[in-house]
Amino acid sequence: MDDLIVEFLTETNESLQELDTDLITLEQNPNDKNLISKIFRLMHTIKGTCGFLGLPRLETVAHRAENVMGRFRDGNLEVTPEYVSLILESLDRVRFLLGHIEATSTEPEGSDAELIEKLDSVYEGRDAFQSGGTAPPQTEKETPPSSELEMPSFDDVRTLIADQPTEHTTEPAITTPAAVKEQKESKDSTESAIANQSLRVNVDVLENLMTMVSELVLTRNQLMQIARSDKDSGFVTPLQRLNHVVSDLQEGVMKTRMQPIGNAWAKLPRIIRDLSMELGKKIDLVMTGQDTELDRQVLDMIKDPLTHMVRNSGDHGIEPPADRIKAGKPETGTVHLRAYHEGGHIIIEIADDGRGLPLEKIKKKIIQNGLASEEEVARMSPQQIQQYIFHAGFSTADKVTSVSGRGVGMDVVRTNIEKIGGSIEMNSIEGKGSTFSIKIPLTLAIVSSLIVAVGGERFAIPQLAVRELVLVSQKSEHRIEMIKDTPVFRLREKLLPLVSLNDLLKLGNNNALSSGFDHKYIIVTQVGGYSFGLIVDQVFDTEEIVVKPVAKILKDLTLFSGNTILGDGSVIMILDPGGIAKVTGETSMPEDSDATTSSSSALTSETKTSLLLFTAGDDAPKAVPLSIISRLENIELSTIEQSDGQMLVQYRGTLMPLIPFNSSVTLGSEGQKPLLVFADRGKSVGIIVDSIIDIREEVIDIQVSRNKPGLVGSAIISGKATEIIEVMHYLNSVHGDWFKDHGDEPYLQQNAAESVNGKPLPRKILLVDDSPFFRNMLCPVLTVAGYDVVAVESPIKALELSERGDKFDLIISDIEMPEMNGFDFATKVRSSKEWQNTPMVAMTSHSTPEDIDHGYKSGFDRYIAKFDRETLLDTINRTLALGGHQS
Amino acid sequence: MSTHPATPAPQHSQNVGSVSSTQKDFLTIDINGQKFGIPILQVQDVLGEIKVTRIPLAPPQVSGSLNLRGRIVTAIDVRKCLGLPTLEENKKHMSVVVIHDDELYSLIIDKVGDVLTLQEKEFEQNPATLDITWKSVSLGVYRLDGEILVILDVPKLLLSLQHPN
Repeated sequence: MDDLIVEFLTETNESLQELDTDLITLEQNPNDKNLISKIFRLMHTIKGTCGFLGLPRLETVAHRAENVMGRFRDGNLEVTPEYVSLILESLDRVRFLLGHIEATSTEPEGSDAELIEKLDSVYEGRDAFQSGGTAPPQTEKETPPSSELEMPSFDDVRTLIADQPTEHTTEPAITTPAAVKEQKESKDSTESAIANQSLRVNVDVLENLMTMVSELVLTRNQLMQIARSDKDSGFVTPLQRLNHVVSDLQEGVMKTRMQPIGNAWAKLPRIIRDLSMELGKKIDLVMTGQDTELDRQVLDMIKDPLTHMVRNSGDHGIEPPADRIKAGKPETGTVHLRAYHEGGHIIIEIADDGRGLPLEKIKKKIIQNGLASEEEVARMSPQQIQQYIFHAGFSTADKVTSVSGRGVGMDVVRTNIEKIGGSIEMNSIEGKGSTFSIKIPLTLAIVSSLIVAVGGERFAIPQLAVRELVLVSQKSEHRIEMIKDTPVFRLREKLLPLVSLNDLLKLGNNNALSSGFDHKYIIVTQVGGYSFGLIVDQVFDTEEIVVKPVAKILKDLTLFSGNTILGDGSVIMILDPGGIAKVTGETSMPEDSDATTSSSSALTSETKTSLLLFTAGDDAPKAVPLSIISRLENIELSTIEQSDGQMLVQYRGTLMPLIPFNSSVTLGSEGQKPLLVFADRGKSVGIIVDSIIDIREEVIDIQVSRNKPGLVGSAIISGKATEIIEVMHYLNSVHGDWFKDHGDEPYLQQNAAESVNGKPLPRKILLVDDSPFFRNMLCPVLTVAGYDVVAVESPIKALELSERGDKFDLIISDIEMPEMNGFDFATKVRSSKEWQNTPMVAMTSHSTPEDIDHGYKSGFDRYIAKFDRETLLDTINRTLALGGHQS
Repeated sequence: MSTHPATPAPQHSQNVGSVSSTQKDFLTIDINGQKFGIPILQVQDVLGEIKVTRIPLAPPQVSGSLNLRGRIVTAIDVRKCLGLPTLEENKKHMSVVVIHDDELYSLIIDKVGDVLTLQEKEFEQNPATLDITWKSVSLGVYRLDGEILVILDVPKLLLSLQHPN
């Protein structure tokens, strides 16, 4: 049964039960205003909900009863005992209908015409008691049945044919309260089966439970810490069990707080409906992922922002039907609401296919409001301009409607979302629509935090805001520089503003002059689009902490979001990155809105690639794209095991094969060695190297390419000749089947030099693959071969590029991708204006003849197995030579 | 962490307090040689020395926060509230934990004395010439044998921190 109906039944049954006790007093005191109002409200609620749930019969009864109750409530009709029976009768009918809905999840067939007639006559004041006459109720009862017997015949021919009156057909005919009561009694056993399955618990009780579990978790952590130092104690085993039980308990209690996000969406269809009526628009609201669960507290916090944004989409986003037709869009606009999990977060997307954000208007508004000068605006990217809608008092709507346009919207939305540690991103193309995506944490109660120390005090920073950690030493090039008294740091060719936590919190132990910056850590923090670094003395572990609010007398301290008790029992303050950003002068204008997009949209050959530099064997530095490394570890050499001639190590509960980078990497049996861990789709391999030097962001410009296996070539990186490593070679040498699902053939070497020299102008290739690993793998390979590569993670992103007017000479696409597969993508490309002649190569592990056939039909020109480099390059060459798409 | 109260447990004396309205129970504390009284019903706990975490940027009267059996308690330096010099470094201090508005506060004082049951007739309003800071956090005084007991108005004391002047 529909969750909504279940909830409705539970609620209504509860209200009815409550009324039962009160009803007894109704007989003695028929004009009890309170009680009448109560019944009125109940009927009103039932009426409203039924309309929403599509229960017309119940709705009608409730509606008519509400009318009558309204008259009683307003006092213009006195409640006589006769009317009391009418009220009771209505309630009983509601109960009967509810019972039937509960049992079969549909409304019973039949009609309530007689009851409705009675109610109507009372409402319209033409019943016996009001018109002064003392017409016996029998007359009323006599007339309706005749009309009523006809009703079912229209409704349900079968019942007449069967000639055996069913419960539904007989029931309306004998509508004395007693008869209905009988009916009700027969249903009594099933009546509140649903009500009994769920239990209403006061939220306070749950909150209390949660606090106690949190305490238990902390106590457990303390005990575990003690037990760790005393391994022989008899407590170890029972502690293990306690550990498990507490974890389960914590999970269980957390679950009680989880609610499907659909609850927060329940009223949205109605809002959209009302909106389309009011504004004369046609709007469809499509909702997916209603079952996605999140913490009740979080849910409450996002309810209003969400409503606001959906309203905005309907009001500002979707155009009136006439405009839509003019723009060549379907008359009915769509607002798509989507929720899904993504690594400890919930992503909520609100997308509309409306007019998008009007850039020119925003520009004008920006200048008008004095937020930026004309020149500044001219230099801004569309993305940056769009960000201004998050400014306070910014509305581009020409007129203020009853719905939106007052300009108190998006900034409040953003503040609310950031308050719960979430972030909001927006993407809008004028004329095509806008997409807002909100990223929020699953729960607020327990957060993973980094523990740092500064000025002798410890603080917790929510991990969510932490981007990376940098150790600075004033002697090396990683040093903090000063502009007047403002410390800054060069982080990958960009200046990162720094905040000395010591100064900010006025801990004032040592005056942080530049000499005092030695051996400090920088915590690169990101709040929305604003990045800054926090200077701290020391960084400890990460810890799961239970956030507790600070005492009321300290609520003015905006730099802290709460406090907590650590495993060792000490109290620690939790820093609020958002608060710090505000205090230290966040411009709220993300200069790096392009950074957020660049990470997701393009990885072009001109953009820089983060490279990890390391040494192995000889001194020559070697580099590998950082993005394909999943983790860096230090491995204890004594833990390496051998099996079937293969080095293995137990890693995160599984066996991971290890390879020394080359034979000159010396492996003793003692000590530690750095390990690069590569992982893709559940498999991982570790490569042992001698030392890790640095992380650099550079343009990979292969100067010399070699015929040596495992090497892409050499490039100048930070002024030194560096070998760029072809990781694939190493991975394939361990796992013959490492990339089975990407094609079996091991790659062959190729001489890239020719192709580099042969091309006067690099050809542009668009690579579409959902696996970041492959994107990062193929980019250098294609770049080395002399192509200009743009890699995107989904066809949707690719189509966005098409809309932006980007041109490519060739598109290489994966087939198996979420959201839109390669076939659909090809069809879309072929039907697009911009790209219809661009040749497309499918790259996949699915190469049954049917698939290949399907591929060609969809618009692909070539079909190749994944990661067969030779064939890939060869195919690209040949396809490009042919020119455009051959249809 | 917490030493057991050297004084009779607060719960005991509750009964005594309710016997008659003309007499009230107070926990006496000692700050800088002056005796103060706190209505016994407001007292939750008495602590000895306990590790306090500093809270940066907090008002100077707030010494920090501490962990009392899993609850976070905000520690208030009463000497600072009363404009008295801080206690000498090597001297031990104690704290009285009070509840206010569902939150726990630990009042750091010099030491805890006895619980006294006092008669209404010994009560007097604050002397008109009393120090203004003291007057603002005092409910009145009791005349004891040989000394004066100043009754602390705990809610007022805490509220004064909430809106620093």
